[in-house]
Amino acid sequence: MREPSAGYPLFGLMAEFDRPESLIEAVKRSRDAGFRRIDAYSPFPIEELAEVLDFRDRRVAWLTLFGGLFGAAAGYGMQAWLHLDYPILVGSRPTITPQAFMLITFELTVLFAVLFSIGGMLVLNHLPKLHHPVFGVESFHLATRDKFFLIVFGHDEKFDPVQTRTFLESLDPVRVDVVRQTEEPA
Amino acid sequence: MAQAQTQTQSGHAAPTDRVTRIPLAFPKPVAWLICFGCALCLLLLFCISAAVLFWRGIGVWGNNIPVNWGLAISNYIWFLGIGHAGTLISAMLLLLEAHWRNSLNRFAEAMTLVAVICAGLYPILHLGRPWLFYWMAPYPNTMTIWPQFRSPLTWDFFAVLTYLTVSLLFWYIGIVPDLATTRDRAKKRGLQVFYGILALGWRGSARHWARWRQSYRLTAAIAVPLVVSVHSEISLLLAAGPMPGWTSTVFPPYFVLGAAFSGFAVVSMIAVVLRDVLGLKALVTERHLDLLGKFVLATGLMTAYGYCAEVFDALYSGDKQDLGTLMDRLTGRYAWSYWGAVLANFVPLQLLWLRWARRNPLCLFMVSAAVTVGMWFERYMLLVTTLYRDYLVSSWGNYHPSFWDWSLFAGMLGVFFVPFLLFVRFLPVISVFEIKEAKFEESEAQHA
Repeated sequence: MREPSAGYPLFGLMAEFDRPESLIEAVKRSRDAGFRRIDAYSPFPIEELAEVLDFRDRRVAWLTLFGGLFGAAAGYGMQAWLHLDYPILVGSRPTITPQAFMLITFELTVLFAVLFSIGGMLVLNHLPKLHHPVFGVESFHLATRDKFFLIVFGHDEKFDPVQTRTFLESLDPVRVDVVRQTEEPA
Repeated sequence: MAQAQTQTQSGHAAPTDRVTRIPLAFPKPVAWLICFGCALCLLLLFCISAAVLFWRGIGVWGNNIPVNWGLAISNYIWFLGIGHAGTLISAMLLLLEAHWRNSLNRFAEAMTLVAVICAGLYPILHLGRPWLFYWMAPYPNTMTIWPQFRSPLTWDFFAVLTYLTVSLLFWYIGIVPDLATTRDRAKKRGLQVFYGILALGWRGSARHWARWRQSYRLTAAIAVPLVVSVHSEISLLLAAGPMPGWTSTVFPPYFVLGAAFSGFAVVSMIAVVLRDVLGLKALVTERHLDLLGKFVLATGLMTAYGYCAEVFDALYSGDKQDLGTLMDRLTGRYAWSYWGAVLANFVPLQLLWLRWARRNPLCLFMVSAAVTVGMWFERYMLLVTTLYRDYLVSSWGNYHPSFWDWSLFAGMLGVFFVPFLLFVRFLPVISVFEIKEAKFEESEAQHA
């Protein structure tokens, strides 16, 4: 899901909660109310949040598998090809020796699976991104401590600065804040 | 209700503040500076020893034919073995959903990283011309030759490089959310920028967490067989030479378990020191020490099985050379290293059968220190007792580590402690967000 571009007047509206259960409940009710472009912020991973947000992205897992296969093929292929290119004959043993090639093949499988997995995770999350409009909200620094936040993005089809605010306030949050667009550097 | 709410609030806030206050307002600055100063002196000793080695050549060391693998390779195996515990604690226990790991995994992983760096330096320094170490890598070159991929030395290159990269990435994506927490707690501009850059702009979005979790768990699942492969590969490094005493089939598991044994011992020592010095007794509790003690005991007994299997293997083979090496180990010139290993590894270890001993920090520390020394003896014994007398009497010889062998070893402890102390001083040493996650999941389970 893309986040609102700088063209939208408001980045979104953000509600703050004290407890993880309240956040999960709030996300459910926002989805029921028809909001689709929403996100939640929590200090630790909450499996249920991904479920209620209907998050079904499995690309990281596929990338890991692809990386592993790529590493295995590259590892074995490199050894086989280089031994054909420069055969080292020891006691008339065969040039291509699968048993002896397996360890490096395994190591490169692991290496590339992990590189693709972690690299893919960062790219899909659009990280590193050192600044973001949500950091402009005054109490957002508590999102890494013990507070829980729900945002309705400004480009949601049902978004309306006044009505959405009323809706968020009906969810019994600690407070509701406006998330402004940050000025892009010229 | 209001009271219950404040409780859950403080439930998440307390561990956060307890851990993030350490890098932001370090509790023992003077003690840290003294330790860091000593570590820097050791690092200087390392630089001097390495410079002498580069300048005058490998002859400044005591190793020579027949014992051509001296302290350098035995320390390599020892350091790499110690480095195994971090990944095992982090990855294996993560997949087993053992929540108690959350108080230990961060510094265990950091310990792994520095131990693997120390280990990786040794084979490079041990090369006759260390500045040509990159010849191990397959790259197109003017000599139009390639590495010998069937050689365990080349396996070593790939195994250590992969292990280092994977440990570093696993540790880093594990620490990013806590770096963000530290960033948000920091008051000074410089610190905010420092942690801000390291945290990559992490903001705890649910979508980010979901992808992070997939990636973290998959990496963990892949890291467990990687750990097993790395020390198995080292045992193959020995087995590829047709030397008596190195060809037992118990070698790969014996090496991996010995590695886990020494690693858990070092993690126990670090846990005991850190919880005391940094005031983390509420997070690293006696229960954690108890479980660590059980791990040390279990892996120690499995290592003891390796000793028995090795002796049995020699006796059962009836091979004259194998029996000769066995006798050399038990009664030869270097018998002190065999009996030193047996005594230091397995005698104090028996204390850990007792609950009070596992829960007593000093006792656990002393037993772990004995194990660390004992495993050092074992690595030394495995190399030297085999090499100093091989098949031909004409090629028998002795081994005495020289001053520069020992100075490099002492200096290597500086290479270990300098980055580790920097980690303790400047980064969150305990995985707070995982502690909060476990707390939340436990409360969920109670309500359900």
